[in-house]
Amino acid sequence: MTPITHHLDDATLMSFAAGSLPQALAAVAATHIAICPHCAREARRLDLVGAALLAGLGDTPLDQPAPVMAVRRQEADGGGKTQSTGSAEVPAPLARLVGPDLDRVPWRRMALGVWHHRLPSGEGDLRLIKVAAGRRMPAHGHGGAELTMMLRGSYSDVTGTYHPGDVADLDDDIEHAPVADPAVGCICLIASEKPAHFKGLIPRLVQPLTGL
Amino acid sequence: MLSVVTFQGRAHSASRPERQVRMADLLQRVADRRDIDAFRQLYVAFGPRVKSYMMRQGADPDTAEELAQETLLAVWRKAQLYAADKGSATTWIYTIARNLRIDRLRREFPWQELPEGHAETASDDPLPDEAVSAAERQIKVRTALAQLPSDQHEVVALSYLEGLSHSEIAQRLNLPLGTVKSRMRLAYQKIRETVEDLK
Repeated sequence: MTPITHHLDDATLMSFAAGSLPQALAAVAATHIAICPHCAREARRLDLVGAALLAGLGDTPLDQPAPVMAVRRQEADGGGKTQSTGSAEVPAPLARLVGPDLDRVPWRRMALGVWHHRLPSGEGDLRLIKVAAGRRMPAHGHGGAELTMMLRGSYSDVTGTYHPGDVADLDDDIEHAPVADPAVGCICLIASEKPAHFKGLIPRLVQPLTGL
Repeated sequence: MLSVVTFQGRAHSASRPERQVRMADLLQRVADRRDIDAFRQLYVAFGPRVKSYMMRQGADPDTAEELAQETLLAVWRKAQLYAADKGSATTWIYTIARNLRIDRLRREFPWQELPEGHAETASDDPLPDEAVSAAERQIKVRTALAQLPSDQHEVVALSYLEGLSHSEIAQRLNLPLGTVKSRMRLAYQKIRETVEDLK
C-alpha cells in the first residue's frame, strides 16, 4: 500500500474525539484511523482535550455509593480485547460491518458503471461504492459533511489522487468530479451527514434513474 | 468499611499534578491487584464528574447517574487494559465515558476504540510528547484551553461537552459551517503547540 497522503481534517478529528461526529462519518473516520498512525496519534491527543474539559466540570453528587466489588473480582475483562480481524483492504472497524473481503459484498447496481452497498448507520448515509474503470462521477458538492475513504484502486479529482487508505475530507464549498482509475476503477467507503443532500454525489448519481 | 464522603473544592485541586499522579496510581492498583479501596476512591473522585458530563450531554439525572455508574464499572472491569505509561487516568476514563455516552444517548455504534485499541499502530510511532509525563501534559492542555479566545473555546466546549456535530454547532451559533470548522482548527493548533515542541 502506498503511504497515506490524504488525512482527516483537524476539525473532523476533534469532533471524532469529542464523540460528536455523526455516526456515518465516525465510521469512515474510525476506519481510516485504524490504519493511519498519523491520524491515530492526533485522535489520541485530542482525547486529552476531552479529559481536560471533563476534569474542569463541577461535581454532581451520585445517589448511589460505590458498588460492593468483592464478589466481582472474577469479572475483569482481562487483557483480551474483542478482536475483529480486518484484511489488507478492509480495516478492522469496517470488517465488523462487511467482512474482510470486498469481493463478497452483495453489490447492487446504482447507475451506469456504479454499484453500491448500503451499511447501517444511525445518522447520515453510509455505503460502499464500486466504480468501473475510468468512470467519471457527476460533478457534485458537499452541502453537509462528507467523508470518502479509498479501499481499492484509486480516483483523481482537482484535489489530487486518492489511493487505498487515503481519505477525502473536503470543505463544503468544494465541487468535484472524481474519475476512477482507468485500469482498475475503485471501491470506496462514503459517508454523508445528510441522507441525500441535493447537491451531493448520491442524488446526482441516481438522478438519471429516478428522474429527480 | 462504608463511608459517605463528600468533596468540596475539588475543582480547584483537579488540575494539580499530584492529584493526576494519585489518580493514575489508584487506577494502576485496581489493574494490578483488583484493589477495592482504590476503586472506591476512583468512584468518589470521578463518578460525580462523569455524572455532570452526562447531564451536559443531555441525559436526565437518572440516566446520567446510571451512565456514571456504568462508566465506573467499566473502569473496574477494564482496568487491566489501562497502561499508565500511555496516558493519564482522566483521559482513559474520559474515553470510557464518551464511548458509553455515544452508545446510550445517541444509540450509535461506538466506533471509537479505547486508547489501547490503537496500541499496535501507536507503538511504531510514539507520541513525541510521550516523554512528558501524562500528568504534566494534562495540565498543559487545561492551560491551553483556558487561554483560547472565547469564540474558539465555545465551539470546542459545544463539541466535547454538549455532543454537537459541526452542523449542529453552526446552527446553534448561527454561523457558517466553515467558520465553525476553522475555529476548531485554530483551537487545536494552539493546543497542539503547547503539548509538543516540534511541528
